[in-house]
Amino acid sequence: MTSVKIVVAGGFGVGKTTFVGSVSEIQPLTTEAVMTVASTDVDDLSHVPEKNTTTVAMDFGRITLEKDLVLYMFGTPGQHRFWFMWDDLIQGAIGAIVLVDTRRLADSFPAVDYFEASGLPFVIGINGFHGQFPHRSNDVREALAIPSNVPVIPCDARNRESTKAILVTLVEHAMSMQTAGRY
Amino acid sequence: MAGPVRGDDRGGPPAWPGRGGGPWDDTSQRSGAFPQQFPVEEDSPEPRRLVRPYTVTGGRTKPRYKLALEALVTATVYEPRDLSVLAPECQAILQFCLDWRSVAEISAVLRMPLGVARILVADMSADGLVRIHQRDDSEGRPDLNLLERVLSGLRKI
Repeated sequence: MTSVKIVVAGGFGVGKTTFVGSVSEIQPLTTEAVMTVASTDVDDLSHVPEKNTTTVAMDFGRITLEKDLVLYMFGTPGQHRFWFMWDDLIQGAIGAIVLVDTRRLADSFPAVDYFEASGLPFVIGINGFHGQFPHRSNDVREALAIPSNVPVIPCDARNRESTKAILVTLVEHAMSMQTAGRY
Repeated sequence: MAGPVRGDDRGGPPAWPGRGGGPWDDTSQRSGAFPQQFPVEEDSPEPRRLVRPYTVTGGRTKPRYKLALEALVTATVYEPRDLSVLAPECQAILQFCLDWRSVAEISAVLRMPLGVARILVADMSADGLVRIHQRDDSEGRPDLNLLERVLSGLRKI
């Protein structure tokens, strides 16, 4: 019995859970971690002096690929300050999909930076809300400063076939990176 | 396209996940995200936990060994009489893991914080109550052979 995972990242409200749900065999579930928040003035919670623990939620889905092979897809916690969860998430992962809303491109910067720095294979999915793709893939690639070998693909997070295609692209990309000995 | 540039470093130091403790507020915004098909007390009358979540672990906040979110767990004990001495949480885990389930699913469906699920599962594994399947950390990322299997599986679904 083997399990593998893929990470789905992107800004808040970009459609991560929708993406996971479109292909998952179970309704997306939510797991929670309790974390202690250090009382520091850079934290969002600093204006709530009493609160020293907080809950980080991650949505995930599952696909049984073979009788003894299961793929889990984990959405990253929306708030970027929870980096400690990301380290946990990418441990042993196949790779990551960064969902991008071109109206809020900057929301995806932290995820792209993070995966680049950690050497995790990743692809960019441009989620076309209502089938609208106001920007060309190349514009997005340029704006995000994505290397030419990283796939940038338009997608529809609600659509099962579209999601499947991105998952396939990511696995192929991870394989080619491995073949090229890039990590 | 103009706009902010990528590259501002917001990364923080890594920390062992599941750290923490203290009150687990079960009334956090995202309730109702659980599927209906699992036999959990979906609409239990108590809106929040009265027991601190790490009580069942004896206050420990770290598991005996590292468990991946996707680590698979299955029960090895089937006789009901063996279960009565266990904490209700452990009984629930055994019940839920009659088939393979991931640590993340245990946490989500049985509504326990990830850190608690990890500690209990690691303990139960040490006691021979459950079997765990997870890839070795030292293996790093899945190898080409495993990626091939994933790819062909994805193409078939």
